[in-house]
Amino acid sequence: MREPSRRNLLRLAALAPFAGGLLARSTAEAEVATKPSPREKIRNRNFPNVALRTQDGRTVRFYDDLVKDKVVTINFFYAQCEELCPLVTANLAKVQKALGDRMGRDIFMNSISLKPEHDSPEVLKHYAGMFDAQPGWTFLTGAPADIVLLRRSLGFTYPDPKVDQDVTQHIGNVRYGNEPLMLWSACPGMARAEWIAESVSWMIRPEAKVG
Amino acid sequence: MYYNSLGEKVSRKRYREMLNAAKNRRELISAGLTNRRDLFKMGLLTATGMLVAKSGLSSRAWAQPFQQGIANLCAGAGLPASPPTGKFVEPLTIMPTAQTVASLSPAPTIAPNTAAGEVRAAPHQAPGLGFPFPPPKLYHFTQKAISASQSPSLPLQALWAFGDGAHTVSPGPTYVAHYGVPQLTRNTNGLPTVSHNNGFGLPSVTTHLHNAHNPSESDGNPCDFYEIGHFCDQYYPNVLAGFNSDHQPNGDINEALSTLWYHDHRVDFTAQNTYKGLVGFYLMFNQFDTGDETTGFRLPSYPQFDVPLVFADKVYDPTDGQLAFDLFSLDGILGDKFLVNGKIQPFFQVQPRRYRFRLLDTGPSRFYDYYLTNLNNLGAVNPFYVIANDGNLLPAPVQVQNVRIGPAERVDIIIDFRQFAGKTIYLENRLNQLNGMGPVNAGQCTDVNGNPEPTTLAAGQGNLLLQFRVSGTAVTDHSADPATQTFYPLPSTNVTPRITRTFKFDRLNGQWSINGQFMDCHTFRFQVQQNSVENWILENLTGDWTHPIHIHLEEHQILTRNRMPPPLAVERARKDVTQLHPNERTLLFFRFRDWLGKYPIHCHNVVHEDHAMMGLWHVQAQGDDVLVP
Repeated sequence: MREPSRRNLLRLAALAPFAGGLLARSTAEAEVATKPSPREKIRNRNFPNVALRTQDGRTVRFYDDLVKDKVVTINFFYAQCEELCPLVTANLAKVQKALGDRMGRDIFMNSISLKPEHDSPEVLKHYAGMFDAQPGWTFLTGAPADIVLLRRSLGFTYPDPKVDQDVTQHIGNVRYGNEPLMLWSACPGMARAEWIAESVSWMIRPEAKVG
Repeated sequence: MYYNSLGEKVSRKRYREMLNAAKNRRELISAGLTNRRDLFKMGLLTATGMLVAKSGLSSRAWAQPFQQGIANLCAGAGLPASPPTGKFVEPLTIMPTAQTVASLSPAPTIAPNTAAGEVRAAPHQAPGLGFPFPPPKLYHFTQKAISASQSPSLPLQALWAFGDGAHTVSPGPTYVAHYGVPQLTRNTNGLPTVSHNNGFGLPSVTTHLHNAHNPSESDGNPCDFYEIGHFCDQYYPNVLAGFNSDHQPNGDINEALSTLWYHDHRVDFTAQNTYKGLVGFYLMFNQFDTGDETTGFRLPSYPQFDVPLVFADKVYDPTDGQLAFDLFSLDGILGDKFLVNGKIQPFFQVQPRRYRFRLLDTGPSRFYDYYLTNLNNLGAVNPFYVIANDGNLLPAPVQVQNVRIGPAERVDIIIDFRQFAGKTIYLENRLNQLNGMGPVNAGQCTDVNGNPEPTTLAAGQGNLLLQFRVSGTAVTDHSADPATQTFYPLPSTNVTPRITRTFKFDRLNGQWSINGQFMDCHTFRFQVQQNSVENWILENLTGDWTHPIHIHLEEHQILTRNRMPPPLAVERARKDVTQLHPNERTLLFFRFRDWLGKYPIHCHNVVHEDHAMMGLWHVQAQGDDVLVP
């Protein structure tokens, strides 16, 4: 992952007012494009390319830098969460161990804060340290509206609006997938860590190389 | 308080528009306004293709990329609107009868032939119990990618199919099996590499024969999956339950099965792989249910008057007409197009006589309430007979005007078309379902006028699934009148269970669970004692959701629903799926007999199943005493 250039950041800022329609083929570029491929359709529907900040303070884009061409896990949490999140994050720390040296090379884990107002990169850094997060496991924060967009695009939602708005009841699943091969499923964040690691490993296909 | 699809507060006016969306769509469909010209004529479509007046429809469009899990209980599942399709323009497809093969190479082996690429959990149990090996009937099924039409209005679809060497089709070829004639199917994974999955589906498979009294290693357990190029030999003994226990040597005739189905069961990917086409029928006949209307129970003859019907609801991408699957749903997936035997809204030319139809709901998440509808006489009650529940003949046929099933359930019905000679009638689904939660519950939702959203829609307002064109010329009919028939009595449930176990189906922070635990292929929850009776309590802790719960190996009978006997006559039956309704507690009766090994219990809303609402258990010589596994 590299730092976006100053020019890219400016371009991103210029597009901000259209963020909602950015992926709905609102740019001139998209209009001249042919019919989207299945992979592009999934990208358009589910992977908004919003800017996020990592626990190291780097600015990254969700699709370009975190998901594209990768095998990944994605989950949501927040640092102050006292019930579910410590369980799931501690579990993911075990998953990270079980994945061994494939972490950061073949498999990348992403944990996105549901309380971005509170969870600054510094808070995330501290939180990641508590769970001994190794390279390849990224903790992310961003603009609150972008986080909501991400959460909904990735299907971390309830049909009941009251429950959906209640951050203490947030969805504890861990999505896993292979972006280029269009493989996606999810398992409970509280499932046995070795089982989560095994499930994620299915995404590295015997018959195809990633990326 | 009102919310839009983003979970934001919206005005009452906007909320009403959103509610209108689903309603408008139903109105348009029921009015037959499904193509562009009709909509244009009605002034509902502008020259640029935008919907006007009925603008609420657009709230279901793909164009909003962040709609999954739309944040309103009553506003739909956030799925897109498919492009318009013609209806009742194509005849019903009948799946071909599966063809046997003379031999298999390499020859089947009792122990898994791992050197040749076989993946099987254990050696075959059947030969050790006196079944012939190899058995007299052999099949070679291969999962393959095909390109097939599901509607003349849509482009060819990239599907996954089963091939038997003679036909490669989705739904797959129909097995015709007979009690007393064991068989072996070699299931070979011949799918293309994953880069050709067209957006969903994992080319890693395991084929479950749903409701068969089968040994564990041939059951098609979700954890016994295998990759491209590998195979699994599945031995189907076609034997009655009890053959190795309380009804030796041939089993209990009152446990006879008729309508089974096979489908992919790959752990975490069953919804995608079955939606992509990996489903088919498996019919079992015996000396009573013979397939010949001049013998035995004299049920309408197979295949001419005994017709299996696979129901599925699907969504097609409005930009290119390709089959679409929401990879990111946790709740369940609904389609706005209804397929029967792989075609959208076909017609079936029938004679004015009795037919047996075997109705199968393959989901992923849709429940159906089937009615016969005459659009020229909407007030008419059009009765028919239910003869089997989950493929098991009832003690006697039950006359009904509707019958409701959920994902994985089957119901066999007899329709006598003499009453409709010369007319056109429809099989209609009148159940109102807005999202993956299940049918709308009484009092859950209100429509735009503030009236309660009904569970059952008015005649003609539901989904017209299949059109019957009944010829006017009288024909002979040798089948028996269901009003005069009896079949098999129910096996006694007046037995003290060895243990009563409790299973609580819940959602913990969005994680589907059974007794607070999650699916894991390496964790076994409990041990059932071989040849013992157990009672299982299923409890629904998920509020408004309905879960169709399926248990492998043995059928069950529903002793109570909320401590009362099941209210519907058709539920006094042998079942393999029990719908667990909102806030309900059901008590089930089981006899676990004959075979050993591992089996699952799971929700058959396959989206819930794929998200861990499943657990494994064992049948062993010794059982355990775990009450809440």
